[in-house]
Amino acid sequence: MTGLGRVELAQRIARDIPEGAYVNLGIGAPTLVADHLPDGLEIILHTENGLLGMGRAPEPGAVDPDLINAGKQPVTALPGAAYFHHADSFGMMRGGHLDVCVLGAFQVSSSGDLANWSTGAPGAIPAVGGAMDLAIGAKSVWVMTDLLARDGTSKLVSECTYPLTGVACVSRVYTDRAVFDVMPDGFRVRELLGGATVAELESLTALTLRDRP
Amino acid sequence: MIDKTVASAADAVFGIEDGSTVMIGGFGRAGQPVELIDALIAQGAGDLTIVSNNAGNGDTGLAALLARGRVRRMICSFPRQHDSWVFDGLYRAGKIELELVPQGNLAERIRAAGAGIGGFFTPTGVGTDLAQGKEERVIDGRRYILEHPIAADVALISAYRGDRWGNLVYRETARNFGPVMASAATVTVAQVDHVVELGAIEPESVVTPGIFVDGVVAVPPRRWVDHGRFVGGVDIDGEPLEVTR
Repeated sequence: MTGLGRVELAQRIARDIPEGAYVNLGIGAPTLVADHLPDGLEIILHTENGLLGMGRAPEPGAVDPDLINAGKQPVTALPGAAYFHHADSFGMMRGGHLDVCVLGAFQVSSSGDLANWSTGAPGAIPAVGGAMDLAIGAKSVWVMTDLLARDGTSKLVSECTYPLTGVACVSRVYTDRAVFDVMPDGFRVRELLGGATVAELESLTALTLRDRP
Repeated sequence: MIDKTVASAADAVFGIEDGSTVMIGGFGRAGQPVELIDALIAQGAGDLTIVSNNAGNGDTGLAALLARGRVRRMICSFPRQHDSWVFDGLYRAGKIELELVPQGNLAERIRAAGAGIGGFFTPTGVGTDLAQGKEERVIDGRRYILEHPIAADVALISAYRGDRWGNLVYRETARNFGPVMASAATVTVAQVDHVVELGAIEPESVVTPGIFVDGVVAVPPRRWVDHGRFVGGVDIDGEPLEVTR
């Protein structure tokens, strides 16, 4: 069993985003999804710092420091884009106006709790940014992550041990080994990726998983 | 005649006192009022509480103010960045207090202060460490926590164009916290790339109406913007690649 690479996983997620969706892609790996949205479909990307209709990175030498994304990287604005202030931007999240948000994770629990802002390590400088607003805001909150952390432990857990970002907020988890839906009774395998089997996933996560319907 | 234009950044920050709460606009470097911050550094006020999304980048602007030990307390959402070594050092040395606020709650608390709202219930942060000690209430079956407004003595913001009545227009994502901070401070000063004639900003296009603005200071135009259009050739710090400032 070999898991999908980051780019393949981004491609897989991009396929599930429908035309017309308003989408926020979190800092880090989720930003890769933008590069794989199908050509010809109009999907509107939101960035928390006040832009709907975000385009790709500018050409080298054409970096405009006033035009950046949530990760403070230079971006472009598409025809039809709109700028707005921070209270409006987070109102779009909190008010349930975004269709999909894709976030990274340290841990996701079987009840959909998300931990992605702090490992709780002593001495670490705490920084939350928009993570807690994003976690509870969009109509669908999807997580993009490897199934296993670097130390080999499962990021899918029965209860998060890291500090929570949001409670019961994640609806789907895209990992390198499988796609999971968060159901009222726990994780359900939606799709196997990279040759994984349900038995292998149960062994890796130490969770009882429901199989595809 | 109303004329809110101020001759210099130094004049604009002249009255800021020790112990003040100062809002500083910007998201990273975009919209950070660097010339006003430099003037505040020169002016000398200390023991400040700073409200800003981040806690400084590199060694300039807000980071330079922090480096001089002028700030007692930061209220922000995301102090830790790849280039926030000044804040990191102060925090680890126990030389600065931090109130960490989720970004949307920060923006809304500032907006609430400006709009005369005494507090609001938000779902952001419910069930997390950042909700500790806050009143929780279930409304229509959903959990919310109570957040209080954040007001300031002074707001220092950056806009693109302003007129003598204080009407402001911003540029791209440099708008960010400017409009809400302008409304939430006793005194709001905006640095602008261009001071324009009254009426030159279309009334339909005004983003921050002048009622929220007390001072407008022109700062030298940035070489990478010409008549509001990006003309290219800069690095991410805004430094022209082929033109020396």
